[in-house]
Amino acid sequence: MSDTDKKHEMNRRQFLGNMLKTACGVGLVGMGLGIYSNRASSLPAHYIRPPGALPEEDFLGACIRCGLCVRDCPYDILFLGEVGDDVATGTPYFVARSGPCEMCEDIPCILACPTNALDHGLTDIEESRMGLAVVVDQETCIAFHGLRCEVCFNVCPIRGRAITLDMRHNVRSGKHALFIPVVHSDACTGCGLCERACILEEAAIKVFPTDLAKGELGKHYRLGWKEKEKAGGALVTPDVEHEYNLPEGVRYDLQGEGLIIEEKPEETPFSSNPLNSLNSGFLDNK
Amino acid sequence: MKLTRRDFIKSNAVAAAASVAGITLPAIKTATAADGDDGIRWDKAACRYCGTGCSVLMGVKDGKVVASQGDPDAPVNKGLNCIKGYFLPKILYGQDRVTQPMLRKTNGKYDKNGKFEAVSWDEAFTIMAEKWVAARKAKGAKGVGMFGSGQWTVWEGYAAAKLMKAGFRSNSLDPNARHCMASAVGAFMRAFRIDEPMGCYDDLEHADDFVLWGANMAEMHPILWSRLTDTRLTKKGCKVHVLSTYEHRCFELSDNSMIFEPQSDLAIANYIANYIIQTKSYNKDFIGKHVNFNKTTTDIGYGLRPSHPLQKAAKNPNKGKFNKIAFDEYAKLVSEYTVEKASKMSGVPKKNLERLAKAYADPKRKVSSFWTMGMNQHTRGVWMNGLVYNIHLLMGKISEPGNSPFSLTGQPSACGTAREVGTFTHRLPADLVVKKDAHCKFAEKVWKLPAGTIPRHNGMSDKVAQSDISGKPMGKTLIHAVAMHRALKDRKMNCFWVMCNNNMQAAANMNEESLPGWRDPANFITVTDPYPTISAQAADLVLPTSMWIEKEGAYGNAERRTQFWRQQVQGPGESRSDLWQLMEFAKYVKVEDVWPEDLIAKQPEYAGKTLYDVLYANGQVDKFPKQKVTDDRGNEYGNDEMDYFGYYVQKGLFEEYRLFNSVPGIPKKGHEMAEFEAYHKTRGLRWPVINGKETLWRFREGYDPHVEKGSEVQFYGAKDKKANIIFGPYEPAAEMPDKEYNLWLCTGRVLEHWHSGSMTRRVPELYRAVPDAVVFMSKKDAKKRKLRNGSMAKIVSRRGEIVCRVDTKGRNKVPDGLVFIPWFDAGRLVNKLTLDATDPLSKETDYKKCAVKILKA
Amino acid sequence: MVDLTTLGDDSIAAKGWIKAHKWLILRRLSQLGILALFLAGPVLGVWIVKGNLASSLTLDILPLTDPHVLLQAVLSGVVPETTAIIGVVLVLLFYFVVGGRVYCSWVCPVNMITDLASWLRRMLGIRTTSQISRNSRYWMLALTLILPLVVSGGIIWELINPVSMMFRGIVFGMGATWVVVLAVFLFDLLVAKEGWCGRLCPVGAFYNLVGSRSLLRVNASNRAECNDCMECFVVCPEPHVIRLALKGESKGISPVILSSDCTNCGRCIDICAKDVFSYGGRTVSGTKRSNPEVIKKQEVHI
Repeated sequence: MSDTDKKHEMNRRQFLGNMLKTACGVGLVGMGLGIYSNRASSLPAHYIRPPGALPEEDFLGACIRCGLCVRDCPYDILFLGEVGDDVATGTPYFVARSGPCEMCEDIPCILACPTNALDHGLTDIEESRMGLAVVVDQETCIAFHGLRCEVCFNVCPIRGRAITLDMRHNVRSGKHALFIPVVHSDACTGCGLCERACILEEAAIKVFPTDLAKGELGKHYRLGWKEKEKAGGALVTPDVEHEYNLPEGVRYDLQGEGLIIEEKPEETPFSSNPLNSLNSGFLDNK
Repeated sequence: MKLTRRDFIKSNAVAAAASVAGITLPAIKTATAADGDDGIRWDKAACRYCGTGCSVLMGVKDGKVVASQGDPDAPVNKGLNCIKGYFLPKILYGQDRVTQPMLRKTNGKYDKNGKFEAVSWDEAFTIMAEKWVAARKAKGAKGVGMFGSGQWTVWEGYAAAKLMKAGFRSNSLDPNARHCMASAVGAFMRAFRIDEPMGCYDDLEHADDFVLWGANMAEMHPILWSRLTDTRLTKKGCKVHVLSTYEHRCFELSDNSMIFEPQSDLAIANYIANYIIQTKSYNKDFIGKHVNFNKTTTDIGYGLRPSHPLQKAAKNPNKGKFNKIAFDEYAKLVSEYTVEKASKMSGVPKKNLERLAKAYADPKRKVSSFWTMGMNQHTRGVWMNGLVYNIHLLMGKISEPGNSPFSLTGQPSACGTAREVGTFTHRLPADLVVKKDAHCKFAEKVWKLPAGTIPRHNGMSDKVAQSDISGKPMGKTLIHAVAMHRALKDRKMNCFWVMCNNNMQAAANMNEESLPGWRDPANFITVTDPYPTISAQAADLVLPTSMWIEKEGAYGNAERRTQFWRQQVQGPGESRSDLWQLMEFAKYVKVEDVWPEDLIAKQPEYAGKTLYDVLYANGQVDKFPKQKVTDDRGNEYGNDEMDYFGYYVQKGLFEEYRLFNSVPGIPKKGHEMAEFEAYHKTRGLRWPVINGKETLWRFREGYDPHVEKGSEVQFYGAKDKKANIIFGPYEPAAEMPDKEYNLWLCTGRVLEHWHSGSMTRRVPELYRAVPDAVVFMSKKDAKKRKLRNGSMAKIVSRRGEIVCRVDTKGRNKVPDGLVFIPWFDAGRLVNKLTLDATDPLSKETDYKKCAVKILKA
Repeated sequence: MVDLTTLGDDSIAAKGWIKAHKWLILRRLSQLGILALFLAGPVLGVWIVKGNLASSLTLDILPLTDPHVLLQAVLSGVVPETTAIIGVVLVLLFYFVVGGRVYCSWVCPVNMITDLASWLRRMLGIRTTSQISRNSRYWMLALTLILPLVVSGGIIWELINPVSMMFRGIVFGMGATWVVVLAVFLFDLLVAKEGWCGRLCPVGAFYNLVGSRSLLRVNASNRAECNDCMECFVVCPEPHVIRLALKGESKGISPVILSSDCTNCGRCIDICAKDVFSYGGRTVSGTKRSNPEVIKKQEVHI
């Protein structure tokens, strides 16, 4: 081997060694990043993405952290995660308790998004699903005690569909009603207006990511009355008509009220039995 | 409060669930051991807000309210509160409480255009007295005026009535109840000759049908609505009928929902009467024994200035006279209102109207009608109230459990104070009126004043003109709330004292009729309030108030329940109660300043005395010596007025007021109250209280001891003990939408805020829940104007404009052609838009109907 | 060795202070001016440009999108909006013309930090340098593009990218971003000369590739005047790009600096008392078009 060859050999070796070092170094950086990203991309429950945000994993891929949505939010509720926040750096979020989504009909944040991280396919704000409101604490929610609050219901922009009031008898007072707020996941957008408005020191209604908030019915089970409603009729042939042994003036309504005692006919001064009139009558009253 | 083991497990369970889901939860605030409940002194009070009259227990520690709860033993609310009641402690501690008298000054002297500076009470009352005495002398009885409140305590209203009517010899006293209950009062007096509902809240459990005529009880009487709802849920066959000009929260429970064109309620009510007559369902026996038929004078104008074209066009402006007619004539008058006509005028489908009519006409169903501002704030409010009484009277569905025409009140003491102790321009305590010479004489006797002191409505006593300090005859003396603002603008009134309300924000047509008079250098405006309200900002002198439980007080709610509370904490800084202010101010005015010589000559011992001496240190009011105020648990309470004046002021005033109901020769019976002490021992008593017994349903034998045995029913307010059915036709509203101003504007309230929001908007949670007023409008109307939910809109009337956000989705669903804006928001003064048209009879403003246009802001 | 204590004195003496710092001043004005445009909205309420360097909208009409960020997003499976594509095309065209690494020296805010570090190194005489190859940045670039493909959680590089972070931090709120900036500063000061921009930054690497055929170039058109003071080599952040253009006359190599590593910063122009360097086109009039082979050679030397 000549000197130059040796030199070349040396260079090649050095070159390969350097390459390997660099590759290892970069590989380590990559691994570290991968692990860090796993942590950094977990979304805290009280950080809520703007409307139309893709599922979190896709969102983190799609969002280029430009902040255009933040700028175009007319209510200035959106923020970009800062280094040190519990939300992926540079990604937009809002906190319902301090600044919920006001549900603009034209959804300017989506229009501003250059990458579809906020899905441009979402054009009806009421179809957005930023999360799901949950009445997390029935012990402190004063509506459950019969106080007339209902602030969450009153401020809900999906009026009468996302939150309804379940009216019940107040057994304790005996003469008042309870107005229990019930959230419906098929309509709730997770805008968080209810959470902000909750008048408790710590809100009893909170918006959570849907997967945290939702239960799931056993896959086998259906709610019969809902299935019937959906089908527009009974799934199984209805019964033939029933007949009952009943005394006079009494009916039986199988599907409805059950036993019905017919009201007596209008009162008149006369007995239904003419003998009573004949046997008493005016002679007794003279 | 300790974190119990159970709580601990639960909060950990939440965190555990969250961590499984790969989600970090916000740091849950650790439940800290708040100051223990030890050492909190609990005492009862009536809630500060609406006319429902819930009772609350307020917890005081170290001189501060630190806790509150609904009173579990209160019959009205059984421990419950609405969202405003939940935050009662916070209304006392807004950060901008006024704690010193403030006078507009420049270079140390009063100046109308100066800046507010703190002054002493002495300086405040000295300048005020100077202005008042001068105005009273120069401009006569109407030269000074006071605008009081249905939120005054009973004795404050009573003391104010005495100060104005007897002291200043002026009937220029009107309460804000004029904006609120005057139409109801007018109708009570016309139909029954005695004020206030015959039924009580127990009607809520006994009715089969509820009919809401222009009342959003779900938001405005939250606890009563809770009771109504419970009856609807638990009583078989119970139905709810809701009438309104827009869809509000009561519609959530409604079985028969009716949105009617504004003002057409007159036609609907007459149709129901017609239906009852056509179907011969009326209670022949009842109307034969207990009812007179009448028709009222029509075409009566709109309570506007006489120069207004609408007023000029009216044939019988302001005429309230009604004449007796026969039943047949009445039947003929209402026969015009067929279901077709009513349906066409109102826009309500026939079947809904018929369903409602059937409920009233069915003798077996008990019907309770409820109404508030929809019917009272109405240019035909007195008529409209009366038309509902007509229906109940035709059926005899009145004065018994569940059968009740029920006028609800908006203020905590609209009944107890504004109405019962005589704070209206035309009234004296206990339903007496200044129209009647005899009533005035009786009052003068009770008050130990010379005959002729109280100005009569026409300035004539014993058919002789009353003399006046102005040197001119007394003349006509009545002046209602709206007319007061007009008089200020016209400089006929120069001094105005607004107490315990926020009339600059509340009065209609602010730009044209309120502000000019207030800011006219010729006028001196005093506002007494705990907070720097819109009114305070527009005043010249602002006096700080010790409010609510910072003084001993009493309120009377809508079911005639009078409730007392003790002074539980001290007002901040130099604030003083309205009562103290009224009585102390009386010390700055001498009898000679305001009474003519011939009147003083009648009672020479009063010469040289102050109004305070004559009115309050009169041997009656100052009869009860200073004492300790305690409860049965041995707690002691303060009483600043007793400490200052040296006698039990509240007791003295109340017991003197009681003389109007108890001394021999009283002109009107039926207002009996229990002794002062009895009220401190109960969660209120419903008057008349006779021999210690409350009255639940008035005018019905067995329930009401004033009704003679064997007579079943007696409407004993009237001499013939009969009630009046008074026919009034449909007449159009004062201002209706036209091509330019093409929308109806209706104003009102929301659950979270009370009235002008001066208290509730200072509660951060309530402010956060409903920060600003919005304009509720239909999607279609919004779209037409290139607006949508959330956009800013400019609302313009012929009188002014405001800007607020559009709400097309919220709690109130308005029909096309109508918008609704609540009035609580000092940042968006909706009364810049409203028209100061009033019911010509009650003089109550119609805040529910004027015309506006809406543009993109 | 160049005497660091007299660095630039000759240039100042020959041209005056301002001329001797002309391009530095203009670069700082450019960097700060761009920040100011973005800050005018949130600070003054004057909305000229919205967003940040990742994507922006100027006067509500002109979209500009960072191609490197968008490429990462696309690799993670995103179909961008048309505006983003237009934005990327505009940005690519621009840097294609003026030189990719113009981004580094005229736009990127981190440049001010690393320049400060370089300056301090010279002042303090810090000579440490670790064995990080200038090629590492291409590995890093590859990493940023591979990560979205293999790791769930999206465009992971953006979690720590100091370039976008610093700009975003200034415009939207710093948070703990200063820690990252400080790290870059200390790295450059103490660990490796021109460590971040010259060796690791994948953003720079990306723009390097974008501008590899750019039209705007620095050239040593006056190389005959060179007095071998070597100061240009000291101040150049990528000093290896100078030699061939400056010293290659004998080998028939063009005076145009063709290496895409060159950031078109103009430091060499400022520092040279003899005005050897100037901005120009890819070809220099008066000189023969360079032998393609030579160009290749020049480029390989990276």
